[in-house]
Amino acid sequence: MARLLDVKELETRFFTENGVVKAVNHVTFHVDEGETLGVVGESGSGKSVTMLSLMKLIPQPPGKVTGGEALFQGRDLVQMNQNEMREIRGNNMAMIFQDPMTSLNPVLRISTQIMEALELHLKLNKQEARDRAVELLRMVGIPAAEKRIDDYPHQFSGGMRQRVMIAIGLACVPQLLIADEPTTALDVTIQAQIVDLVKDLRSEIGMAIIWITHDMSLLASLADRIMVMYAGEIVEVAPVNQLYENPRHPYTIGLLRSIPRLDSREHERLQPVQGFPPDLIDYPTTCPFMPRCPYAISQCVQDPDLEEVGDRHFVRCWVKPRGEKVLAHHHRVREIT
Amino acid sequence: MTDVVQTEHNALGEPLVSVRNLEMHFPINDGLLIQRQVGAVKAVDGLTFDIMKGETLGLVGESGCGKSTTGRAILQLHHPTGGEVFFQGTDLTKLHGGNLRKMRRHMQMIFQDPYASLNPRMLVGDIVGEPLEVHGIASGNEKRERVQELLKVVGLNPYFVNRYPHEFSGGQRQRIGLARALTTNPDFIVADEPISALDVSIQAQVINLMEDLQQQFDLTYLFIAHDLSVVRHISDRVAVMYLGKIVELADRLDLYDDPLHPYTQALLSAIPIADPKLEATRERVILKGDVPSPVNPPSGCNFRTRCPLAIEICKEEEPVFYEAKPNHWVACHLVESGRNKLDINLGIS
Repeated sequence: MARLLDVKELETRFFTENGVVKAVNHVTFHVDEGETLGVVGESGSGKSVTMLSLMKLIPQPPGKVTGGEALFQGRDLVQMNQNEMREIRGNNMAMIFQDPMTSLNPVLRISTQIMEALELHLKLNKQEARDRAVELLRMVGIPAAEKRIDDYPHQFSGGMRQRVMIAIGLACVPQLLIADEPTTALDVTIQAQIVDLVKDLRSEIGMAIIWITHDMSLLASLADRIMVMYAGEIVEVAPVNQLYENPRHPYTIGLLRSIPRLDSREHERLQPVQGFPPDLIDYPTTCPFMPRCPYAISQCVQDPDLEEVGDRHFVRCWVKPRGEKVLAHHHRVREIT
Repeated sequence: MTDVVQTEHNALGEPLVSVRNLEMHFPINDGLLIQRQVGAVKAVDGLTFDIMKGETLGLVGESGCGKSTTGRAILQLHHPTGGEVFFQGTDLTKLHGGNLRKMRRHMQMIFQDPYASLNPRMLVGDIVGEPLEVHGIASGNEKRERVQELLKVVGLNPYFVNRYPHEFSGGQRQRIGLARALTTNPDFIVADEPISALDVSIQAQVINLMEDLQQQFDLTYLFIAHDLSVVRHISDRVAVMYLGKIVELADRLDLYDDPLHPYTQALLSAIPIADPKLEATRERVILKGDVPSPVNPPSGCNFRTRCPLAIEICKEEEPVFYEAKPNHWVACHLVESGRNKLDINLGIS
């Protein structure tokens, strides 16, 4: 598969009154054509800021991409100006957000909001754009699309609004769709509808997807590879089966042990990750996970580099504990019962 | 029906809270000068269940199903429009003013949003200590000692009494909320989505703390949440709500091994599990559409509009909430004939 996006040493800073927030630190990853990359991390881990940096949607000031490159189809997004970026954004790369209520304009009809991208990027005339918009709404499963297209966002339910957002995101058939927690604000049954829809559309259009979430369970059936972020760094990247079966970073292991599973019958005590994430202004010079890490050794005072430990499996850790052994107990309990 | 519930549940122990036909309808008014009621939001529409002493009852459902309203109506934070709530034998709905306040010290609540539920202008010591003064339990030095002791119990530094809420993270604030709820030494705590606003790695800390406190102080919890994995973990029994009604109530293992109501089955199938190989074998029921409006719920069974199995009778008659198996209650017409099962692999039992 060909590389679609190649990000190297990306670095984003926010210059605030209280100091410099080191939001994204030497982030290096890639996305292949048609691939789905899951990005997991807690709030403040830099997962959203990384993607917003790529889309040039960081409020500037206070934010600034201070280093690195991001090649999208061979062109460096970091070096582009806003005019060049506008050509790509919504056309080749689209983004959908967590809260469809705040990311749709409440005073514009849905039709206007979908047709805008079609007229701008695909140079369609009004009627063509409208026909295409109706088609898109139908594709994302909005009943009576030709009537509902002239409704305002508040006339739709949360799940329906997220479908409208997806329709806008897909309007120009992008090669890359970035989905920033698109189902977090929705109920599980609606989440299942949206995930199902995205899977169908993915196979239909063949686009690549970056799906950001804090829910490790959700990515199990959705992603090809998963990237785990902590304190603005990538701590682990691996193909999906590998990441769940044999995670090698203590933070990934910690996350998998701390979530109760729907299929665990025994009442096992949860093993939380102790403590809380570091301050991104007063950024540690050690491995940022060290204060919370049960495996920490003296070497951890130095922040390690991402190191390849298996097929497409990278981890940023000196110790690299074998997660399969730690999680084995977890699995054994389930098999016995 | 009321009597049946009372006798049957004796096997599980003694109920601490008994809810009977609880109704919470919010009026919809119209008119500029003369306000007339033109309808009602039937947020909670006839609930009957018991919460046993020392147990954790999980209450799950989608947003808008009335689970939070149920918690509030039990504590009389909303005055129910119908039904009774017995707490240790006393009907709370009949109490007013001082009598109700006296009962309040035995039942407390913790809230979803740890950022909105603590007064930003009050010191932590005052937030946690306020119930002691309101109920005339302690004041002055005695109060301060009790507050410091409680902070220690929930895993915070006792010196935090002189700090403000904004100095704490979400997980720490939720601990402050727990300490405040514990000050009056309650028997019963309603926890309304206590972990959904917290980060994943912090959620487990709070769940473990809640379990420890339950042991230590002999607490009974009503644990309201939308996350069925967490509810399965913490609860002894689980009730599933849909559109103002409880559709199924069972033991935690039984509910997940043998979900009888089609809605429960659909809900369980929608929850992802962190295991790609298992996920590949699981099947989902994708429910069509959204939850109907509680202003104008469908006739008969209110789930019928989204139920893949609905038949004619579901439209005409409201199903009775009955005990289909020992200690397993359900409201569905199809259970008796055995046509209630969706033909899918849930992959959880």
